[in-house]
Amino acid sequence: MRQIAIYGKGGIGKSTTTQNTVAGLAYLGKKVMIVGCDPKADSTRLILHAKAQNTVMDLVREKGTVEDLELDDVLKIGYGDIKCVESGGPEPGVGCAGRGVITAINFLEENGAYTDELDFVFYDVLGDVVCGGFAMPIREGKAEEIYIVTSGEMMAMYAANNISKGILKYASSGKVRLAGLICNARKTDKEFELVSALAAKLGTQMIHFVPRDNQVQRAEMRRMTVIEYSPEHPQAQEYRTLAEKILNNKMLVVPTPLEMEELEDLLMEYGIMEAEDESVVGVAEAAA
Amino acid sequence: MSDKIRTVEGITKESTQAMIDDALSAYPEKGKKKRTPHLAPNDASSGCASVKSNKKTVPGVMSARGCAYAGAKGVVWGPIRDMVHVSHGPVGCGWYSWGTRRNLMSGIPGVSSFPMQFTSDFQEKDIVYGGDKKLKVLLEEAHNLFPLAKGISVLSECPVGLIGDDINSVAKQSSKDLEIPIIPCNCEGFRGVSQSLGHHISNDTIRDYIIETREFAEPSGPYDIALIGDYNIGGDVWSAKSLLEEIGLNVKSVWTGDGELEKIAATHTVKLNLIHCYRSMNYMCKVMEEKYGIPWLEFNFFGPTKIRESLRAIGERFDDVIKEKVELAIAKYEPIMQAIIDEYKPRLDGKKVMLLVGGLRPRHTIGAYEDLGMDCVGSGYEFAHNDDYDRTAPEMPDGTVVYDDPSEYEFEKFANALKPDLIGSGIKEKYVFQKMGIPFRQMHSWDYSGPYHGYNGFEIFARDVDMAVNSPTWKLVKAPF
Repeated sequence: MRQIAIYGKGGIGKSTTTQNTVAGLAYLGKKVMIVGCDPKADSTRLILHAKAQNTVMDLVREKGTVEDLELDDVLKIGYGDIKCVESGGPEPGVGCAGRGVITAINFLEENGAYTDELDFVFYDVLGDVVCGGFAMPIREGKAEEIYIVTSGEMMAMYAANNISKGILKYASSGKVRLAGLICNARKTDKEFELVSALAAKLGTQMIHFVPRDNQVQRAEMRRMTVIEYSPEHPQAQEYRTLAEKILNNKMLVVPTPLEMEELEDLLMEYGIMEAEDESVVGVAEAAA
Repeated sequence: MSDKIRTVEGITKESTQAMIDDALSAYPEKGKKKRTPHLAPNDASSGCASVKSNKKTVPGVMSARGCAYAGAKGVVWGPIRDMVHVSHGPVGCGWYSWGTRRNLMSGIPGVSSFPMQFTSDFQEKDIVYGGDKKLKVLLEEAHNLFPLAKGISVLSECPVGLIGDDINSVAKQSSKDLEIPIIPCNCEGFRGVSQSLGHHISNDTIRDYIIETREFAEPSGPYDIALIGDYNIGGDVWSAKSLLEEIGLNVKSVWTGDGELEKIAATHTVKLNLIHCYRSMNYMCKVMEEKYGIPWLEFNFFGPTKIRESLRAIGERFDDVIKEKVELAIAKYEPIMQAIIDEYKPRLDGKKVMLLVGGLRPRHTIGAYEDLGMDCVGSGYEFAHNDDYDRTAPEMPDGTVVYDDPSEYEFEKFANALKPDLIGSGIKEKYVFQKMGIPFRQMHSWDYSGPYHGYNGFEIFARDVDMAVNSPTWKLVKAPF
């Protein structure tokens, strides 16, 4: 069983990419489980065709304690026999979402959700590793392979670099490795080159460049992956290619995150950012 | 304050310093550097602290300290008898702080006193989704079950601070809905270096939510006082209060042993605040002084010598009526006290005692031991601050060892060197020293005895000390190693 965690900046398309990729793996005959680690609980809707499935924490809240829960209550089967679990958690501003992730993953472990027949477990984790709870998927004995979803946008690349710093911390004491960047294209300038260059600097690869295509949105309207909605569409092929690349990926590295200056140099090199002019820092457009 | 500098035979500043250096030599460099300022020989004439205090405990030593929640729940809020006190968080903090401090209460349980354990009993789901909704329900339930409770305190345990439960807004809303005072106290255990911060936070909540919200029913008089910082351990308040009443004072409220919320709330109209435990309640004394012009006076009701000094100092704040009653009381009780001394002193004279208690007793009880002929050869606090050590210097014999937040190792080392006949400290220390064959009294809870305050208390104190020091047990026990 390979356990894989997907990280990346908020809104970059982690859940969409994860579900389409997992659908691709299922298409290739692999047994996969998705564990959504985000209180928004939108990591499995395209697989289950559901608005949102019952989450572990929702049921814990309903039944009283986690001990009252059965695996069947929270583990649903969707497209391609993909097993789906959502950790769930509070609405923004109250409680502790991180603890929800910890509770949910512990529950899955203790109740035998990680069966031998599984080829892959995917953790779809909320945008920022804000506390220990969101690092749960990459603790000892969990995901050892991490993919970061990014685009050519500056902030997405900053986030990818920051996540690499987090991975470095865990890699030094355990088996967690960076397995690659997935470019979820936003059609920014020189996106392919830029993300490839960042991957190289991080010591990893851009495992796939997923082009932007509205077919993804059309499928999402029906709560489906592209692979299920239109298997013959070129975009479906892109995800199957990504799935295949992940299946065969052997490049697991301890990342070499960049210093802020290096990252800015990189952006300048590709003309995304202009050389720093100290005289204009903090000066508004109208004032300049 | 004692008028002359005392010494103990065989103890000099140099001998004490050598003993401290020997203890410190076992530490690694960093630990030694940190602990050094917390251990020193007493300089009795200076009137100044000889050690550093109120600092973070050094990792790796077994500290006798508590937490901010303990200071709020166990010390300041918990003893108020006509309120419901809610431990907000997982069940353990509330459970293990339930009644263990022996702050006794009068009243009828469920009617005029509420010595029960109320907790929101956090489960996983409460951590993840927040405990504020549960708290709201709990407050309603508590009020419905015990409609006679005058108010509710909400005491935060650690997780509440971590997940950011907004207990202040729940308390505000529920207080409106239920029409009783509900006081949120953000006393999460991890805050600060000891329980001392919990006292301070609790004082602040009394300032913000309680004081000046009620008036006494009866008109005020010239002898109205409040007894501050007495928590009625083993019935201390009852002993102190009756003595204060005997000298003509009108004890309008007690903070907070066997305390009543509405009387505490009306304390802003008294003429004088008498403070027993300076460490845990000086904050509110200062607030009441600044805001309402109420003077405050520290006093000591341990042992006849200190009681006499204190009664006269209290008398000085009033007219001749009180002064006369003070002298009458002294004249009435001193022969009784002398009889007690005559009985016990022959068996206790020249015996040595070491102390390690919370924030007051390591200095306040010294006089009572001295009344029995005993010498304090070492003293220290769990959570005292610099001003406490200032007050300690004149009370201790010159050159004796002062230790702040000592580790078990340091305490044991000093006991081995000083060979005391009695150690007065807490439950965590008790069995260590008893196994060393040293008589021991638990001086947080009065070891299931008390009261020790006032004239009544001294008789019990003397009996207990004699019982411990002169118990034949220690001669019968022989260590097999």
